[in-house]
Amino acid sequence: MPFFFSSSLAPQAAPSGGGVYHRAVDILLQQIFNGLTLGSIYALVALGYTMVYGIMGLINFAHGEVVMVGALSAVAVMKPLADSGLPGPVILLIALLVAVVVCMCLGFSIERIAYRPLRGAPRLAPLITAIGVSIVLQQLAMLAWGRNYHAVPTLLPAGSHEVFGAQVTELQVIILVVAAVTMAGLMLLVNRTRLGRAMRATAENPAIAGLMGVDVNRIIATTFVIGSALAALAGVLVSANYGIAHYHMGFMLGLKAFTAAVLGGIGNLPGAMLGGVLLGLIEALGAGYIGDLTGGFLGSHYQDVFAFFVLIVVLVFRPSGLMGEKVSERA
Amino acid sequence: MMDARRKANLGALLIAAALVLAPVVVGMSFGNAWVRILDFAVLYVMLALGLNIVVGFAGLLDLGYIAFYAVGAYLYALLASPHFGLHWPIWAILPLGALVAGLFGVLLGAPTLRLRGDYLAIVTLGFGEIIRIFLNNLNAPINITNGPKGIARIDSLAIAGKPLAKGIEVFGFTIPGLYLYYYLFVALALGIVFVTIRLQDSRIGRAWVAIREDEVAAKACGIDTRNVKLLAFAMGASFGGVAGGLFAGFQEFVSPESFGLMESIMVLCMVVIGGMGHIPGVIFGGVLLAVLPEVFRHTAAPMQQWAFGKVVLDPESLRMLLFGIALIAVMLYRPAGLWPDPRHRRELAARR
Repeated sequence: MPFFFSSSLAPQAAPSGGGVYHRAVDILLQQIFNGLTLGSIYALVALGYTMVYGIMGLINFAHGEVVMVGALSAVAVMKPLADSGLPGPVILLIALLVAVVVCMCLGFSIERIAYRPLRGAPRLAPLITAIGVSIVLQQLAMLAWGRNYHAVPTLLPAGSHEVFGAQVTELQVIILVVAAVTMAGLMLLVNRTRLGRAMRATAENPAIAGLMGVDVNRIIATTFVIGSALAALAGVLVSANYGIAHYHMGFMLGLKAFTAAVLGGIGNLPGAMLGGVLLGLIEALGAGYIGDLTGGFLGSHYQDVFAFFVLIVVLVFRPSGLMGEKVSERA
Repeated sequence: MMDARRKANLGALLIAAALVLAPVVVGMSFGNAWVRILDFAVLYVMLALGLNIVVGFAGLLDLGYIAFYAVGAYLYALLASPHFGLHWPIWAILPLGALVAGLFGVLLGAPTLRLRGDYLAIVTLGFGEIIRIFLNNLNAPINITNGPKGIARIDSLAIAGKPLAKGIEVFGFTIPGLYLYYYLFVALALGIVFVTIRLQDSRIGRAWVAIREDEVAAKACGIDTRNVKLLAFAMGASFGGVAGGLFAGFQEFVSPESFGLMESIMVLCMVVIGGMGHIPGVIFGGVLLAVLPEVFRHTAAPMQQWAFGKVVLDPESLRMLLFGIALIAVMLYRPAGLWPDPRHRRELAARR
């Protein structure tokens, strides 16, 4: 399995000058910033997991593949448009729009075909169909886009700024801002609108929500569609960040995001954001410092171990995640 | 008319005959490659039976089960290969493998006892990944696992000093190695089936089912849920360890690649598609999912030749595509699995 996310996290060269102490602080800042960027992408994907889980109690294993489809369809739009003379940001927006629409349709169909017929079925049945969907999507993507890595055209000026000694690229700033705005929008949608209230009611108890006049099927479908749109956005951002897209990229990303959702407390939206950002930070700092911490015994290949280890420790002490509500034993 | 006892005896005899003749029939009609697939199918059946204890009986969703398989396989590889210059015999390694894997099961189970449902799933998944990553990287600073290159030239499985791979001559006939592996695996699998059936009908088995159905009620009835759950993890893991040891001795090569998350998911699919908690169903699921992708592998290209006159789609892709579609279709039409436990079904029907 290609470890798509490992190499890019290696500590970037810190600007020279200053004492040893300053350089250490610079590297720390750099790692924190890289971690925040990665974490905000995790958070976007984790939101998709957690929304679906909150509303249906289902691990949507195919979510990572939706991210991958989003990324690859955006690249498919960018490539032919890159030489058309349109300004870079416009192309990027068109590509993003296409990716979002494709993924929304995809999310809608997945729910209709693979999950809706299984409501009320034994608990593991939808998990297996999710795995089936994930395999199908991955193979279809491979047939459509091949086994190769696709380079993402550079559409934005690749400038970078020095902030307190850390190199911050404009792309990273954009990723952070876009992720933050999207998440704020989602929170508004869920907490302030009629649709959001219906979603929360369905999550609480679908049967009662139905009695109160909520069209539960429509709400669940909408949740899938929104989650998929977030996945598409995350796919575009992550492929822009690393400059490549690949039919296998969804698997590991999905796994990490799912871990983040559980870390924060699955089913809880702020939890997913917190979990995503934390996981990004843990990974970046872990990769950067694990060697020093263990006296060189463990290298940065153990970055993923670090993430899972933190997850296990957190869950041992807080069995329902950092922000998860205390569920009663009979939940 | 036969009475029930004679019927049961006849059934057992038929099954025994089928098991003995299976590799011969398969080997004669499809070639030795398929006997090898059959060998793997039996290994997968062992894994599925082990996971069935955890998922099917005790209702604990485990997504990192393959880690125990890895532990068994690497134990065999380290104790019987030139890597450390050790060459222990199989009868010493396999029980040790079961024990060590069982310990790992407890190691995983102990911190996760308080977790429920999907939280447990992600922790077991993480555990599986941790084991794999360690196997992948424990070649420095001290070389234990030889890293991603894996351990090669492992001693092939041998009984009484005779390596099975070379085959054995009986009355002038040579029984090829692949057949001998098959018989050895089937013998051990039957042992696992026997243990599983006895466990299922025991006090412990009933305690597992009680926990699966309602943990609080089980606790209230005086079941020590902690120990019983740990026992489920340990038993399941030890079966995985035995299967892993056999795998290492059969392949004569192990590398971390064989123990990825996809393998764990595959074994889980076998259990769920066959019918969770139902031993014949799980065995059926194991054989089906071990053989089906191979059938697709061998038919994906010729089928296209026949239909379109050329190979349109990459056969390897098409094979996985068909497999994914099959998973979805089976669950849509038989959500309780292809061969579910009739008792469980009755209980479910009564509840509705």
